[in-house]
Amino acid sequence: MSAVIDDHGHADGQAHGPAKGLMRWVLTTNHKDIGTLYLWFSFCMFLLGGSFAMVIRAELFQPGLQIVAPAFFNQMTTMHGLIMVFGAVMPAFVGLANWMIPLMIGAPDMALPRMNNFSFWLLPAAFLLLISTLFTAGGGPNFGWTFYAPLSTTYAPESVTFFIFAIHLMGISSIMGAINVIATILNLRAPGMTLMKMPLFVWTWLITAFLLIAVMPVLAGVVTMMLMDIHFGTSFFNAAGGGDPVLFQHVFWFFGHPEVYIMILPAFGAVSAIIPTFSRKPLFGYTSMVYATASIAFLSFIVWAHHMFVVGIPLVGELFFMYATLLIAVPTGVKVFNWASTMWQGSLTFETPMLFAVAFVILFTIGGFSGLMLAIAPADFQYHDTYFVVAHFHYVLVPGAIFGIFASTYYWLPKWTGHMYDETLGKLHFWLSFVGMNLTFFPMHFVGLAGMPRRIPDYNLQFSDFNMVSSIGGFMFGATQFLFLFIVIKCIRGGPKAPAKPWDGAEGLEWSVPSPAPYHTFTTPPEIK
Amino acid sequence: MNNSKPIKRLVLRLSLMVVVMFAFGFALVPIYDVMCRAFGINGKTAGQYEGEQVVDPSRQVKVQFLSTNAIDMVWEFYPKGDQLVVNPGSVNEMVFVAYNPTDHPMSAQAVPSISPAEAAQYFHKTECFCFTQQVLQPGERIEMPMRFIVDRAMPKDVKHLTLAYTLFDITARHPPVAAIAGKDADQPSR
Repeated sequence: MSAVIDDHGHADGQAHGPAKGLMRWVLTTNHKDIGTLYLWFSFCMFLLGGSFAMVIRAELFQPGLQIVAPAFFNQMTTMHGLIMVFGAVMPAFVGLANWMIPLMIGAPDMALPRMNNFSFWLLPAAFLLLISTLFTAGGGPNFGWTFYAPLSTTYAPESVTFFIFAIHLMGISSIMGAINVIATILNLRAPGMTLMKMPLFVWTWLITAFLLIAVMPVLAGVVTMMLMDIHFGTSFFNAAGGGDPVLFQHVFWFFGHPEVYIMILPAFGAVSAIIPTFSRKPLFGYTSMVYATASIAFLSFIVWAHHMFVVGIPLVGELFFMYATLLIAVPTGVKVFNWASTMWQGSLTFETPMLFAVAFVILFTIGGFSGLMLAIAPADFQYHDTYFVVAHFHYVLVPGAIFGIFASTYYWLPKWTGHMYDETLGKLHFWLSFVGMNLTFFPMHFVGLAGMPRRIPDYNLQFSDFNMVSSIGGFMFGATQFLFLFIVIKCIRGGPKAPAKPWDGAEGLEWSVPSPAPYHTFTTPPEIK
Repeated sequence: MNNSKPIKRLVLRLSLMVVVMFAFGFALVPIYDVMCRAFGINGKTAGQYEGEQVVDPSRQVKVQFLSTNAIDMVWEFYPKGDQLVVNPGSVNEMVFVAYNPTDHPMSAQAVPSISPAEAAQYFHKTECFCFTQQVLQPGERIEMPMRFIVDRAMPKDVKHLTLAYTLFDITARHPPVAAIAGKDADQPSR
């Protein structure tokens, strides 16, 4: 790197531009390339996991068994969950982190570029391993994405070992990604960028990365215990040998609950960047946002047993986990209040990122409220394992995590591609997604409260109409995502030239570099006022 | 620029955190066990009870007995009586019967559970076949006494206890021959 690179000019960027051909992507250590790889990988997994959801909705279109055998249905529910959680949502946020964190803190790249490359390329291997199980003789994992023992040990298909190794690889990838994010944020900030000056997306990712480091090893531990129970004769989860299947649920949810915040905190950060931009006002209550995020992260470690109120825990335990869970509503409420206050009396415009962000706030709050209902232990006895739970977590994950990712993509696409996306098509994508998503998941509240159990390929006749509505909404939401693919490809290939700062209300270092962002940025750190 | 000292130190610390959390996952196993015994979670009962108690004649508790065979377990296994009405503090006995109808020796392990779970810590067993593993020859039938004391300190609102045993076939895990050779390979942790 002998040439002096002016980080505000384009011409010199080419002096050290990307390599040509396929090997550019295999060998790249550039944070922007790796971010792009993560985002495309996540989109592929989103379509694959989505196609599994389409199989589920097609089977549930009418009562009775029509399209797939129950055994295959179980594999579809399992793989849909696993692929969406580990393949679609988490890599999308890692992709956004790779692209945006160095640009937001004025760093030239991630702190550990080679490890960055490795942590991405582990993912295709992991998911190839996982998906290949569908073609094996005994079928793929069929025990639900929560893989409770003994379903996943004593009664598991042979392919469970592939599943275990796939989880190991994903875990290693996430941990390395998290270490990289922390090392970047703590060491490579431009001079003058103090912690409390960092954009909230960086803050939420810093906290998310710590959550990942704390709980992904526990997930690795629990699948290792499964592996030992299955192949090496231990009895962690086998009562005959002195173990306890309920232990599995405790260890799994010790990972699982922080995991749900891993999937939402970065979206909180992105929305906290987008809403001020399109309200043309600074974010209301920045400091309280940081503390609220940290509180949510802390609380996520002491609420895990609310997933297992019905396994038989002592009354004191139920009360503790119930109140601790309800407590999470406080910092979350602070966030929603801050977003609403940011919009209050702002000069609002509703470009596509803002539409997704506003829908995020409203619909995520609905998911939060159904979460409060589920948190009440005596009520949960009724709701447990019904479609009400499915409605709840899809309301926090689809308009939460996924809409957050859509909003981020539209918000930063001009920076990534150098072109403006098609605003009309973007809005169409939003409205079709919005209507499709609500049509799919809102009726699930009703069938759930009426007692329809989850993960079953057939149902009582009384649930027919609502399920048909859900399925129609599901097909609509699924098909709409091809429009998203079209919009992104169209934007990459051309469109109106994007200025360095395409949104007039936007704040942040990423808008100080030209669009598209040069291959190398901030080789000399910028000055922060 | 990318391998400066502070980054290396940070990565080392973070990696250490990963190792610690991986170990913590495994540490949850004994922690869970201790918590279960301390608070009677899942109705887990403690090991052999050595203490003695004075009988409380003013109070009676009904204790019911259940026996279940785990999947694929072919033994006959049942208590000789359905229930006992006992005074807290007194030593009581219930005999369980096990019979191996197959033509090969088998070993088995019984796992107890108390309902309601909060009473588990007040249910003391002074002698139980669940403390050891059972080996039965083909066609062999045994009677196994189980002696217990219901603690005087048990909350007054508990008037009815259920002791349920599930019998697991552990022949594959502990072949009967080996179990006979090491006869006192019992598991006091039960």
